[in-house]
Amino acid sequence: MKLEPLIYEISVPGRCGVRLPEVDVPTTDLPQDLLRAELDLPEVSEMDVIRHYVRLSHLNYGVDKGFYPLGSCTMKYNPKVNEDAARLPGFAGLHPRLGIDETQGALMLMYYLQTWLAEISGMKGVSLQPAAGAQGEFSGILMIRKYHLDRGDGKRTRILVPNSAHGTNPATTSMAGLEVVELPSDENGDVDLAALRAACDDTVAGMMITVPSTLGLFERHMLEVIEAVHGCGGLMYMDGANMNAMMGVLKPGEIGFDVMHYNLHKTFSTPHGGGGPGSGPVACNEKLLPFLPGPIVAEIEPGDDEQPPLYGWHMPEKSIGRVKAFHGNFGMLVRAYTYIRENGGPGLRDVSYYAVLNANYVLALLRDTYHVPYDRFCGHEFVMEGRWKDAPGIHALDISKRLMDYGYHPPTNYFPLIVPEALMIEPTETESKETLDAFAETLKTIAREAHENPELLHEAPHITPVGRVDEVLAAKQLVLCCVPIPDWAEQPPTLSTQSA
Amino acid sequence: MSYIPHTDADRRAMLAAIGVESIEELFDAVPEQYRFPHLALPEPLSEMEVLSELYGLQAANASVQDFSLFLGAGAYHHFIPSAINHILLRGEFYTAYTPYQPEVSQGTLQAIFEYQSMLCALTGMEAANASHYDGATSLAEAIIVAINEARGKRRKIVLSAGINPQYREVVRTYLQGQDVTFVGDDRVRTPAELLELVDDQTAMLAVAYPNFFGQIEDFTGLADSLHSQKVLLTLVADPIMLGLFKSPGELGADMAVGEGQPLGIPLSFGGPYLGYFACTKQLVRKISGRIIGETKDNRGQRAFVMTLRPREQDIRREKATSNICTNQGLMALAAGIYLSLMGKCGLRTVANLCYQKSHYAAREIDRLPGFSVDWSKPFFKEFMVRCPRPVAEINARLLEDYGIIGGYDLAQDYPDRANTMLLAVTEMNTREEIDALVAALEEIAS
Repeated sequence: MKLEPLIYEISVPGRCGVRLPEVDVPTTDLPQDLLRAELDLPEVSEMDVIRHYVRLSHLNYGVDKGFYPLGSCTMKYNPKVNEDAARLPGFAGLHPRLGIDETQGALMLMYYLQTWLAEISGMKGVSLQPAAGAQGEFSGILMIRKYHLDRGDGKRTRILVPNSAHGTNPATTSMAGLEVVELPSDENGDVDLAALRAACDDTVAGMMITVPSTLGLFERHMLEVIEAVHGCGGLMYMDGANMNAMMGVLKPGEIGFDVMHYNLHKTFSTPHGGGGPGSGPVACNEKLLPFLPGPIVAEIEPGDDEQPPLYGWHMPEKSIGRVKAFHGNFGMLVRAYTYIRENGGPGLRDVSYYAVLNANYVLALLRDTYHVPYDRFCGHEFVMEGRWKDAPGIHALDISKRLMDYGYHPPTNYFPLIVPEALMIEPTETESKETLDAFAETLKTIAREAHENPELLHEAPHITPVGRVDEVLAAKQLVLCCVPIPDWAEQPPTLSTQSA
Repeated sequence: MSYIPHTDADRRAMLAAIGVESIEELFDAVPEQYRFPHLALPEPLSEMEVLSELYGLQAANASVQDFSLFLGAGAYHHFIPSAINHILLRGEFYTAYTPYQPEVSQGTLQAIFEYQSMLCALTGMEAANASHYDGATSLAEAIIVAINEARGKRRKIVLSAGINPQYREVVRTYLQGQDVTFVGDDRVRTPAELLELVDDQTAMLAVAYPNFFGQIEDFTGLADSLHSQKVLLTLVADPIMLGLFKSPGELGADMAVGEGQPLGIPLSFGGPYLGYFACTKQLVRKISGRIIGETKDNRGQRAFVMTLRPREQDIRREKATSNICTNQGLMALAAGIYLSLMGKCGLRTVANLCYQKSHYAAREIDRLPGFSVDWSKPFFKEFMVRCPRPVAEINARLLEDYGIIGGYDLAQDYPDRANTMLLAVTEMNTREEIDALVAALEEIAS
């Protein structure tokens, strides 16, 4: 497949991709001393732009193109109706600074979504403001921090994090100004209870844990873990990245979690967009309600038989504050609303049922070929090792790259860190048995190739538009921009920005 | 409506391969007393039913389709060329994830590299990342960079009250655990007055360009003075204005951040938007977020890849300076397409239309008895008008009787600006709309 030139390389002076109306008002002189001399943007026609980006799209792989078993990312099918819903003019054309009377439709949608997300998690309240899972996490940890401070308990500065955790967990903790205490896992992939109990004291603010774990396993000592942390006065944070295994299966709020976040772009089918926008609502129990980021949507006047209730904004009394301008990634909220509305309660439980069925099925097909370090029923994903003693020199990355030759997106590599040469596979519920059979067959073929013709893997991928890329060179030369930027220090002194 | 493809026969065959009788058995590790709770959610709807419900909800909102809009205050109604949406809806872009595997992600990677390049050109800065969540969080990330650049030894940030009040709330939320002091935004101060607050504890000073009141302030000597004291300068800049006006780079900024929503992204009730982030080359190793760099593949071809990865949370974990892992990828794509379509000439034209129309509106309103426009500083597309009545009252009449969404009531955030309306005029406001606004204001005041 041919690579595509940069948009700047097809630029021709004088072209423009859009025609704008003439100035239809009496003109005002521009303040010349405030204006810039140069503006180095491309000059291309609309068709140039369309062809350029369509060709770029051909160099990409997405769920719409094929199977995308990228573990921990829940790459399920993104229903097309979601896209139409978010683009309805009353949503897409709605200004965020309008008052509540002008935005009742949007507020009602958000109110219902808050209510439903609270129901699914067994929590009491939800803020839809966080823009992504990482921001939801950050909100949750700030809430825990503020909860302790509010009680006059300033010595709780430590957050317990299992060593299988996603990197955001420790990074979030540091960002909140708290200290990370890493906990080991036991030989079954569960939290090492003895180590946990030893770490529990009156300096513990809380614990962050992913359920099912990043190994794809339902922690078997979950109740003991929660009891230990609560017992020392800490709070429990659930990383909801893996909620796709949990809907209608287990409500985190019911087993004692105090706060959690959702990833709407994972569990609730909003698209991943090539790396965002996501949406990371945070849900909490009664204890933490006053600390939610806000404002959140509330019913401010009850409805009756004729009138719906009036919805408005409410700032929780002891809120950690605002984490984002305006009201969260509203377009993502519309998509998640649409998805939940289409599924209902039984439908969402089926989502989790079939996500877990699919993962266990692929695991069953592969466990004789690949080493599965923690081999028991998995949740919606599982982790296996991409290495064999009798195939030296083969790494998980080689297997991943070879999968591309067969038309698949690779699984997640090298995560979680506690499994060597990890390949983390998450099929999601929207994939059919035939797809899973073919994928498993391909992985068996690759295992054979690894033993018989390892070069085939080392040199893979062969059929992709580019081969393996040189990451070291990228960091060394650090070319981040193809436009020459003037050295402003050597420019003539800038004129006053104060208009004469 | 279900997106699950399994037939009964599939399910049975799969359960048999696993060696269980039912799906429920797979959840044996979940504590039994809590297993399979009821979900009290509304009954499922078909696609046509859910669409019909959504039509109803969206119709209960006052959208730009039905009203003429003069409201800005951080979110702007600009023209969005049709081509953008057609590209965004390509499944290869919007159903992909973070380009961890460059061999099958060159589309996303190159598009973001080009976005970074156009952002650099626009801001006059040497580097840009793949974006943050929005303008507010981009500013928060800039502050974290400044604190780290000073090795944590300077923990004071000077903020102008001319920065969007919501941004100032967000940065305080972000830094609440980190012993950082914010000064300067307790009242509106000139850049010179802000400079007086800078001392040897100060890591960064941030101002807005234009400020929240639409004004272009005088930054002469600001950067030099700050740099001589080892303090970084961050400009929160409107990207459309940069089509005409001097770039943050030319004004000596170390970081340029802001809201990229005006670059082809719909209002959408406040999100998803685009936090753009650009900086000097000296700072690039300190910034957070995805960065795309150029490299070569093993066949000698030019290729693109996520670079400076060791800064990021998945590798650096608790030592990372930010937990961000995604960006606003699809919104960065939208901005890239927008800047390509507009190009050198188009963006200037849009900026000029904003300037001309807002100045026309300001002159016309200024003539009305009881209304006076603040001409004390140059402005771009937003300006302040002192009104003879409370802004909320005027806005209610504008909406109900004239189908016009009026400006922002500044008293909400600045108590000393009672009866002051912040009006935004863009290329989307025709002369007829502006004249209708002026006539309506005149009638309402009389």
